Amino acid sequence: MKVLMTEYLRIDLDTENWECRVCDHVIGEARDNYKKGLLVYNRDPADIHPSIIDPTKYKFTFCPDKDWVNIYEFYCPCCGTQMEVEYTLPGHEPLYDMEMDVDALKAQWSERDELLEPTTGPNVMVDRHSHNH
Amino acid sequence: MSKQKFTEQQLEDQELITKFLKDTTLFLGPDPEIMRDHSIMPRTQNEADCLEKYTDLNQIASIRDRLQSACEEGFEMVEQMGAAPGAKWGDIITGIYSASGDLTVGSASGVLIFSALVHHPIKFIIKNWIEEKTVGVREGDGFIHNDSRYGNVHNTDQSMILPVFHEGQLVCWVASTVHEGENGAIEPGGMPSMAETSFDEGLKMSPFKVVENYEIKKDLLTFLQNSVREPKLQYEDMKVKLFACMRLEQRIKEVFATDGPDALTACLRQTNESVVTEVRRRISEWPDMTVRTHVIMDSTLRENVLMKMNLTLKKKGDRLIFNFEGSSPEITNRAINTQLPGMKGMVGQAFMNHIWPDLPRGQAGLSHIEFETTPGSFVDCSYSAPNSQSLMSIFQAFTVAQHATAKMLYSCPDKYTRVLAPWHNMINTFIWGGVNQHGETLGNLCADLNGMGGGARMDRDGEHSLAPIFATMADIGEQELNEEEVPFLQLVSKKMTTNTQAPGKYRGGMGYTQIAATKDSDQWGFMTTSVGSKTPTIQGLFGGYAAGTIPLCKVADVDVYDVMLTKPEQFKHSIPEIMNEQPFDNATYSTHHLGLGFDISKRGELYMISQGSGGGYGDLLERDPAMVIQDIEESLITADWARKLYKVVFNEDTLAVDEKATQQLRDDYREQRKKQGVPYDEFVKKYVKDTPPKDIPFYGSWNGENDMVYCGNNEKRDAKNPGPIYMTNPKDVSIAELEEELAQVREQAGLEVKDKRK
Repeated sequence: MKVLMTEYLRIDLDTENWECRVCDHVIGEARDNYKKGLLVYNRDPADIHPSIIDPTKYKFTFCPDKDWVNIYEFYCPCCGTQMEVEYTLPGHEPLYDMEMDVDALKAQWSERDELLEPTTGPNVMVDRHSHNH
Repeated sequence: MSKQKFTEQQLEDQELITKFLKDTTLFLGPDPEIMRDHSIMPRTQNEADCLEKYTDLNQIASIRDRLQSACEEGFEMVEQMGAAPGAKWGDIITGIYSASGDLTVGSASGVLIFSALVHHPIKFIIKNWIEEKTVGVREGDGFIHNDSRYGNVHNTDQSMILPVFHEGQLVCWVASTVHEGENGAIEPGGMPSMAETSFDEGLKMSPFKVVENYEIKKDLLTFLQNSVREPKLQYEDMKVKLFACMRLEQRIKEVFATDGPDALTACLRQTNESVVTEVRRRISEWPDMTVRTHVIMDSTLRENVLMKMNLTLKKKGDRLIFNFEGSSPEITNRAINTQLPGMKGMVGQAFMNHIWPDLPRGQAGLSHIEFETTPGSFVDCSYSAPNSQSLMSIFQAFTVAQHATAKMLYSCPDKYTRVLAPWHNMINTFIWGGVNQHGETLGNLCADLNGMGGGARMDRDGEHSLAPIFATMADIGEQELNEEEVPFLQLVSKKMTTNTQAPGKYRGGMGYTQIAATKDSDQWGFMTTSVGSKTPTIQGLFGGYAAGTIPLCKVADVDVYDVMLTKPEQFKHSIPEIMNEQPFDNATYSTHHLGLGFDISKRGELYMISQGSGGGYGDLLERDPAMVIQDIEESLITADWARKLYKVVFNEDTLAVDEKATQQLRDDYREQRKKQGVPYDEFVKKYVKDTPPKDIPFYGSWNGENDMVYCGNNEKRDAKNPGPIYMTNPKDVSIAELEEELAQVREQAGLEVKDKRK
């Protein structure tokens, strides 16, 4: 059985591995940090948040200061999907963001049916074209 | 070792000492027993008896619905009659509390955290004033309160609290809270960034009786009016809150008449206990895991520094533990600290607004959840540290809570809302004050703080400028109505700020531009009180990005109203056009971080900011090209930006997408990622440092070593006891730098250096 953990990650409870949901690549052991099996890129914030006012004229330009913040991007090494992004302090280690208790996960899902797609929760959007009063 | 046995005489002596100490207490300060406990009170014998007597859940539900309805009615009264701008846009709430003080029902609209923290002052009143012969608690009494050290977000919010009796027996409490704004602080508007001690923050009301026999005591009212810049507002809103509470009392007495007070007591207790049970069940459904996240704060509102909000969220069985160790220590003379209950209340809002909005809006939703903090940190600050700008820290706490819980929620088969990326979390608005066009002294703020961009959800984009994180149902007000009372115009408003999107498979909801200029007063000024001009304040989710940063832009030495009369074509309707084209002759254009201290404005000078975007969700290469084009059509992003970021190929004239070329471009970019990305271990070796950046003051733990925290200037201290941190006034820093520069210049010029003595 496989458990969908994020938009791009799942855990195979039988093999106890993290897997890519896009290309099925085995990323690494579920008892360890999945990021260790990914590629990492230190993105210049200006690539994603370019200045919208002239940086030659102004100190603050809507663009983050790269001396104050780094953006770490984590890619699947097989399909290149961007699985996670971390805004962090320059030089800070990437966070071990999802540390799983795999045994507890197995016990929990032993009583559940496998989900191939995540549930989304109740739909609270108003159908603007209905006349159901 | 045998148990020590006390003689009767010793026990009598001990009782005497306890009574003596109680009778001679010199100051009833905030009580840690009350302030550090957010859980519902233990079931009393009376509650147990009532629960045994009333077991019909239909009757309980019927009473709860009537109480909910009463809260809505009270809310409407405050919103319609309240004088504070905050009242008009829904920055208010009404609530009903058990006899022990637990919030059980809050109005569906409004700011839940207000009510959720009022249980602290009610418990203070119960503990100290009921038996106190100089105070007492009787039918028709009303208590006022605003000091966060006794349970509040910050002291710009004022509460009115009434006990409800039945035949002389206290049955429950009702309260109403409003973000009043003005409170007599050193800066107008109630949220002074300049406060360096709690004594700079204006009125600090511990809970005290201000109403007797349902009438406001005129002597105390006059004292309060005399302490603030808006005496009429102070009076009007005290009356409004009192009458809302009286209406709640009336509705409760109608329940007494039909069902009896014991049925109401059973309803309140049953509601709170069943919510706690349900919360435990829901938490059990989450996977057992530990999630770590942090966000960065780039300012104290006085100076730019780096402060870390650190969260380790652990879930095991039915326990959920928020551990904030490793977060920045308090800055003892800056206003951005929070008292512990404020932080907890804000995390509670993340649950009640975005995770379990279906649960009754009371205190019980958070009751079972555990918190671990370090006293003396900026999420659990000391009594003496100012906290009038606590929103800066508690909003970051909201964001890390939202970010971490999303990673626990995704796998759950049962969800009660969509998994979503963090909401925008800063109050990008204008706080204002001075003398208005009618000669009245005012101090308050624009409702635009409620226009925060929503986070992207797992199946759709975030909503633009939808709601603040502290209230899912609030309004951003009508500026045209405000302009009848304030002497400035918002020349541009509600226009989305192009190219400030948080990208992702689903993008965050965006924020809008606000351009304000004073018109009809020579005594008027603005403040802005947000962080996030150098570093983004949120995170994206599952490969989505956060939004960028937001500056304050100013244009001085211009009267834009004259420009509009004489050269109207010069006026532009966006920040980039005005700042990049610099259309006004001889004007001065500048940018600043968003912590602008109170700044006297001249007629026609421009103050320009933008609300922020909620976080993006998922890999932006998966964004439907049609949605990218729609964003271009709606001027949310430009064609260049779309092409560069989302890798979409389209005809710029027709906006027709070339699907095949887009697919190829995206495939190529995925291959590029595989080339530019490096294996984790290699990346760590290359980029990770043992210490924070040396030339930027940093506060918080580094690389997960939460037992030590940095306290600026590369100084490390014991995280358990960091001690006070005092910062130098930025003006003194500037003066010292200029003096040093001047001395060097004089020395180089061969001029005598005046008095070198230190």
